[in-house]
Amino acid sequence: MSLPGNVAPAGDGGPLPVTSAPTGPGDTAFPARDDQRDVILRTVGITKRFGPVVALRGVDMELHRGEVLGIVGDNGTGKSTFVKILTGFYPPDSGQMFIEGNLVNLRSVSDARRHGIETVYQDLALVPQLSVYQNLFLNRELTSFGKVGWLSKGKMRQLAKQYLDDIKVNIPDIDAEAETLSGGQRQAIAVARATRQSAKIILLDEPLAAMGARESALIVDLIRSLSRERGISMIVIDHNYTHLFEICDRLNVIREGRVAVDVRVEETTLEQLTELMVSEYRSQIAAGQAQLNR
Amino acid sequence: MVIRQREATVILVTTFVVLYFGFVNSAFFTTGNIITICQYMASIAVIGFGEVLILVLGEIDLSAGAVYLTSPWLVYFFWKDGIPIGIAIALAVLCCVGIGLVNGLITVWLNVSSLIVTLAVNYALFGFVLIQSADIQEDMPGQGGTFGKIFGIGAWSTILWAAGIMVVIWALLKRTRFGVHVIATGGNLLGAAESGIPVRRVKVWCFIVISSTSGLIGIMDGIRIGSVNPGSDGLDFVLPGIVAAVVGGTALTGGRGTVLGTALGAIFLGALEDGFNLIGVNANWFFLAEGVMILVAMIANMQLGLFAKRLRR
Repeated sequence: MSLPGNVAPAGDGGPLPVTSAPTGPGDTAFPARDDQRDVILRTVGITKRFGPVVALRGVDMELHRGEVLGIVGDNGTGKSTFVKILTGFYPPDSGQMFIEGNLVNLRSVSDARRHGIETVYQDLALVPQLSVYQNLFLNRELTSFGKVGWLSKGKMRQLAKQYLDDIKVNIPDIDAEAETLSGGQRQAIAVARATRQSAKIILLDEPLAAMGARESALIVDLIRSLSRERGISMIVIDHNYTHLFEICDRLNVIREGRVAVDVRVEETTLEQLTELMVSEYRSQIAAGQAQLNR
Repeated sequence: MVIRQREATVILVTTFVVLYFGFVNSAFFTTGNIITICQYMASIAVIGFGEVLILVLGEIDLSAGAVYLTSPWLVYFFWKDGIPIGIAIALAVLCCVGIGLVNGLITVWLNVSSLIVTLAVNYALFGFVLIQSADIQEDMPGQGGTFGKIFGIGAWSTILWAAGIMVVIWALLKRTRFGVHVIATGGNLLGAAESGIPVRRVKVWCFIVISSTSGLIGIMDGIRIGSVNPGSDGLDFVLPGIVAAVVGGTALTGGRGTVLGTALGAIFLGALEDGFNLIGVNANWFFLAEGVMILVAMIANMQLGLFAKRLRR
């Protein structure tokens, strides 16, 4: 499904077809949650502008412990800006971010990592020439003899094997170079590394892109089991709705710099969501044409 | 996997060359001739070991040959100023550390390609030696006694130093945290930086290692030969080191390098040079023959590698 991307770019001063109040199918937008202790990450009124362009107009988002949240939105909706704020790449202009209830101010990517937010990029994460276990321990190598940094290879191998078994990632050869692995295996190892290095919140950028059915199943299983069994929270950024319905518990659709739709996957269907998106695009296009005809 | 198999092909090529010359000329396997080969290849090997680190980073150092030629001059200048030979050597090696630091810092902080930085430093060092020496050859100090024997005069001295440096750099690359960071920096710069590896510092350290080891072996070759000569081009000394590393299975594109393969590559070049001399190849034909052999070795290396890859699939 491909939709026209920038029919009404954010901040063009034109009429906004989508009202500020979030709308979702069946009035499930922003379902009230009793248990606020369960919220691991919360943003309130995040805004960001680049010169005259308003990218974010106040994003309110909640991520619960062990939840997989999908963030959707076409190019130019502010989705990627919001994700970059979550990873500490951009500072927001205003708004607040809470991690486990504490107000945080992320100054850099490594700052975000210290707070337990880790981003996994499929192609960026691994060093092709290093083995599986060396990649798992990259820059967290176990060593002996203090300053010399003599590698404890046996120990790293053993722990790596054990950890991959624990999270049910099946890599036949722990000494195989990352280069020789499939895309799905590489992705699995990148995710495993993030969780092993005590990430609480993992941002996944198009985790199923360019993957076959079996590969996808591997990653879907991994994400599901990490979130269910280990309570790790994930944010999945994708524009493939089929993928998102497969992986996520809940979806946030970002449009015009706001969360426009917040819906639990079990309470909607792919068809409903697609119909909603399409109808809004139709109204956007109609509004655009009306403006042109004037 | 690939590295191990690449080393296997250079073993094959080198064994072939060594056996060939041993077969056609009985003088090849005499102790005297083996010492000659060892003394010739020690500097190629040491410069090559340093280049392995640099090539794994995806960089190149063209100044190592000039450092090799400059360091005995530094010892000579310090010694002439009345500094005892041992301290003069230590000071000269320290200067080489400084040269590596300059190479590294300009490369990582000013973002100039290491090829250009080190080529410029290569010429600058050549010029420095010409100016300071007034283009006159001098006798190298430090020849006497046990000291001289350890630092170059002993028949096996330089090759033993080379072997020691090989073990240190091999351990550094394959057995330490630093080595993993070197491979990560060369294999995936952005990914390495993302995971918090100080990629710039790693690069600067590698430039320091190659400069100091090249300088050290240069001093020993100066003592062994007994004189320092101002008229040599550094590139004539660094390029064989790079050839040894690449023929040995180190990639020019970064991420992959083998110290053991480089040692074999140096043996290959040493045996080639010596063997051609022994069988009396016409001096005019020498470089042509050497060039062809390097090409043959490299192509054999690549083709055998591809063949082995196909077999595994």
